Amino acid sequence: MPAVSKGDGMRGLAVFISDIRNCKSKEAEIKRINKELANIRSKFKGDKALDGYSKKKYVCKLLFIFLLGHDIDFGHMEAVNLLSSNKYTEKQIGYLFISVLVNSNSELIRLINNAIKNDLASRNPTFMCLALHCIANVGSREMGEAFAADIPRILVAGDSMDSVKQSAALCLLRLYKASPDLVPMGEWTARVVHLLNDQHMGVVTAAVSLITCLCKKNPDDFKTCISLAVSRLSRIVSSASTDLQDYTYYFVPAPWLSVKLLRLLQCYPPPEDAAVKGRLVECLETVLNKAQEPPKSKKVQHSNAKNAILFETISLIIHYDSEPNLLVRACNQLGQFLQHRETNLRYLALESMCTLASSEFSHEAVKTHIDTVINALKTERDVSVRQRAADLLYAMCDRSNAKQIVSEMLRYLETADYAIREEIVLKVAILAEKYAVDYSWYVDTILNLIRIAGDYVSEEVWYRVLQIVTNRDDVQGYAAKTVFEALQAPACHENMVKVGGYILGEFGNLIAGDPRSSPPVQFSLLHSKFHLCSVATRALLLSTYIKFINLFPETKATIQAVLRAGSQLRNADVELQQRAVEYLTLSSVASTDVLATVLEEMPPFPERESSILAKLKRKKGPGAGSALDDGRRDPSSNDINGGVEPTPSTVSTPSPSADLLGLRAAPPPAAPPASAGAGNLLVDVFDGPAAQPSLGPTPEEAFLSELEPPAPESPMALLADPAPAADPGPEDIGPPIPEADELLNKFVCKNNGVLFENQLLQIGVKSEFRQNLGRMYLFYGNKTSVQFQNFSPTVVHPGDLQTHILSGPAQPPASRPASPGWPSSSWGSWLTQLAVQTKRVAAQVDGGAQVQQVLNIECLRDFLTPPLLSVRFRYGGTPQALTLKLPVTINKFFQPTEMAAQDFFQRWKQLSLPQQEAQKIFKANHPMDAEVTKAKLLGFGSALLDNVDPNPENFVGAGIIQTKALQVGCLLRLEPNAQAQMYRLTLRTSKEPVSRHLCELLAQQF
Amino acid sequence: MIKFFLMVNKQGQTRLSKYYEHVDINKRTLLETEVIKSCLSRSNEQCSFIEYKDFKLIYRQYAALFIVVGVNDTENEMAIYEFIHNFVEVLDEYFSRVSELDVSFFNTVFHGTWQAHSSPYQEPIDELHKICSALEPQQACFSPDSSFKGAASTTPIY
Repeated sequence: MPAVSKGDGMRGLAVFISDIRNCKSKEAEIKRINKELANIRSKFKGDKALDGYSKKKYVCKLLFIFLLGHDIDFGHMEAVNLLSSNKYTEKQIGYLFISVLVNSNSELIRLINNAIKNDLASRNPTFMCLALHCIANVGSREMGEAFAADIPRILVAGDSMDSVKQSAALCLLRLYKASPDLVPMGEWTARVVHLLNDQHMGVVTAAVSLITCLCKKNPDDFKTCISLAVSRLSRIVSSASTDLQDYTYYFVPAPWLSVKLLRLLQCYPPPEDAAVKGRLVECLETVLNKAQEPPKSKKVQHSNAKNAILFETISLIIHYDSEPNLLVRACNQLGQFLQHRETNLRYLALESMCTLASSEFSHEAVKTHIDTVINALKTERDVSVRQRAADLLYAMCDRSNAKQIVSEMLRYLETADYAIREEIVLKVAILAEKYAVDYSWYVDTILNLIRIAGDYVSEEVWYRVLQIVTNRDDVQGYAAKTVFEALQAPACHENMVKVGGYILGEFGNLIAGDPRSSPPVQFSLLHSKFHLCSVATRALLLSTYIKFINLFPETKATIQAVLRAGSQLRNADVELQQRAVEYLTLSSVASTDVLATVLEEMPPFPERESSILAKLKRKKGPGAGSALDDGRRDPSSNDINGGVEPTPSTVSTPSPSADLLGLRAAPPPAAPPASAGAGNLLVDVFDGPAAQPSLGPTPEEAFLSELEPPAPESPMALLADPAPAADPGPEDIGPPIPEADELLNKFVCKNNGVLFENQLLQIGVKSEFRQNLGRMYLFYGNKTSVQFQNFSPTVVHPGDLQTHILSGPAQPPASRPASPGWPSSSWGSWLTQLAVQTKRVAAQVDGGAQVQQVLNIECLRDFLTPPLLSVRFRYGGTPQALTLKLPVTINKFFQPTEMAAQDFFQRWKQLSLPQQEAQKIFKANHPMDAEVTKAKLLGFGSALLDNVDPNPENFVGAGIIQTKALQVGCLLRLEPNAQAQMYRLTLRTSKEPVSRHLCELLAQQF
Repeated sequence: MIKFFLMVNKQGQTRLSKYYEHVDINKRTLLETEVIKSCLSRSNEQCSFIEYKDFKLIYRQYAALFIVVGVNDTENEMAIYEFIHNFVEVLDEYFSRVSELDVSFFNTVFHGTWQAHSSPYQEPIDELHKICSALEPQQACFSPDSSFKGAASTTPIY
């Protein structure tokens, strides 16, 4: 390896570097660099041909300047010239420059590929290695295409030098990882496997890496590697500590190669051939034996390398999971490490033991270490080690030790780190449920959990305890008694109040016989917590109260008084108010029989996977979780790719007035269902799962929805209102939500994304525009588990309410076809500005489902205000309404126009009237990045014109806004001032309002 | 499998980074900042492995320089941990008492060195072994970092 820093001169470079280091300021450094760049440029351009040494020196300086963070825009040719030098150092610098500064200049790439080809064919091993390293470092697809076929040949050629084979294997590995399709499988694969037998350990190491990667795709092609790997491993393991000379690391023979061989074997099941298997088992035993031998060196490097092999051996033993003897030995070895003074070893031992615990052969052996592990949980200073200990306790838990482990984990929870509390809570909850022998222990445990770490008890945990108590009648009485006692504590966690409220509401009667927990006592105990609780809990308690009226008629008067109190009936919170009103009326209107039917005990929950387990799985796989999330966020889905081009004929034929008439002929909104009065009231109670837990679609869903806080924008829903707002008249379109403008701004420069999201609903947008036409897909996703009813999205234009046309459900949902075709759809138009054609969507959106709505848009003439999108639906009986600005702005109808500088300036001058120009100077809200700015301007819709503005920092764009009636030419110029962090934006168009509007829209983007 | 290899100093300046999986340039900066933050927050008695997002960080500190390797969860932590040391020994021999300055100002050469050992780990090259037996771990120079131009430390990192 040649050193640039020593020997071999290049004094000029050393001087330059020390000059740079001695620079006192950034300015001085830049000055020095500019001087050097000028010097190099003149040298490269000079008449005198440079010799290889000078070229190398200057290219080296350029490289150094580049690594200091300056742009280099010349010298590539000289670097490429260096590639054909016969001197190693010159060639090396050439390759270095190419690897660091490769660009997609096609002419250069051809030259580079040519040079690489020559070097690969040169039979000079160092040159071949340099070429292979360059291919691997660049690793681009183009290089792969050019050389992927040559490299396997070099790799298996009999006459290739060891170092070349090594580089070729790694280079091939790199290309395979980058683009697997480029590497052809062929007869060379069999010969690659035989590299495991190579004399040279470096070649073997490189080959193992390559085979491990390749065999994952084609395990059968590489099957022969098993016996070769075993025999290689056996030779290494049984060699004396100095046999391998260069490949001995602190008296450990080839540690990394051993680890890799063991890893390769984990790609396959245990060897079928008895002889091979015997040999392998012998190897594994030798490794385990060596761990017990006194170390050959006191150095930590020695034991680290040895332990690396040991841990990989144990992984292989666990992977095979078929040798009880080895599994138990592995476990004992790890047991020793549990008390080792090195934290790293304790961590790794706990981690490996976790996987051992799941094997039937070693589970018992792992369990013998329970005291050590519990001790680790208590005394370890490193939170990641404690976390591993908690994981291991969880893994080794079974019926025999569950009580001990759960109580230890509960004790640990009191002092546990905040970061891992929630996970421990989930684990305790799962273990308690899984290994509960008697359910009273389970109830005690969960209540303890809430008491100790109430804040970390997620909803799933206490939902689950309620499910279990509801489903098992032997524990209900005990549960009621225990929660009653727990609630007596002066300060108890809100989760405890929720559990208590629910359980007493369902099973309070089981303990009512005891005078200490008589109905009035139960009620006053719960009500004493009422005022300290959140809205959701209070809502739950109100449901408990109505259940009390049914269970204990003697409490009716007290409870009715509570419900009637002004603080309930006129509560500012809609949900609480509605419950108070409905429950009060229910209790006074309904007969005891009706009440008993309505408030019957909850039916048992269907058995299903524990929701806690699902939550723990989610927590364990953050990658998977986020991927899922991403999937949800991106509505660019399935059925969009086909047939989306709006055909001009369908979009432009119908005249606005004809549409108007057509719409007026549509059936009038259906009369509100049911009659007013008590009947209506009951219907409402039955309708809304939020109002009455026992009547939802499934008990659990109803139960969950009960706890869902109502959306903040839900309007008041009063029972007295005879017409629930199912079919809002167009005039009731509310004002846009406060964030509407901000949301709109996000879409000025892009067409796809999430327009809006709250806890109920997500609206995604995907749109495309061509000339004066556009098509937009809106995706409405129901984020809850409850069906949305009367779902009706509507597009209206704010400026023109009289003529706008509503296209939402105009008939009762039941009688409407599920997916009406285009004929039944309607046109909304604003006569003069925009025509929007919408397709109806189904009136019901199931929980978790997504519906798609297609909008065809035609821009008739220039417009300033975007249309409004109003979405209305009923969620759990509560009408919801939401008005957003539809992301259709005038710039969507931009058509980019390319023009030469001369043309641009001519037009710029033509638009010189003061009212045609709009200018804005504003501060940058985002970092000033030229690339980002470019992308935004292109997203805005204009063409970017290069070489027009004399100042290269500035951006100049041009485009034509296409509307049906007229075209508006637009020119724009954006001048960033990086120092002041300001922009000046100038727009000139042939229409005055358009200039101003575009200027305002665009200014908000930077 | 190794995902990335970083050399970062205590001030959070990246001295060398090598990624084996594509990561966007702007995401790299963020990643490197978070990685060094989590390394700096560790004390000596904590283990050298950090679970970070869906992969694991394995780090060692030499004077003011952290060497951090990001791996996926099937990688052998101990092998990587010792591999870092092996790598530093090679550097030390190459530069004769390597310091952070060598790393930062000569990372051109470094590209060459690292590439010779590149992707996943290689067994040590020949010259390494001559020194391995000669070097005592106690020789490691863990003196407080003296900064050079507010940037690279000249303290030998090993």
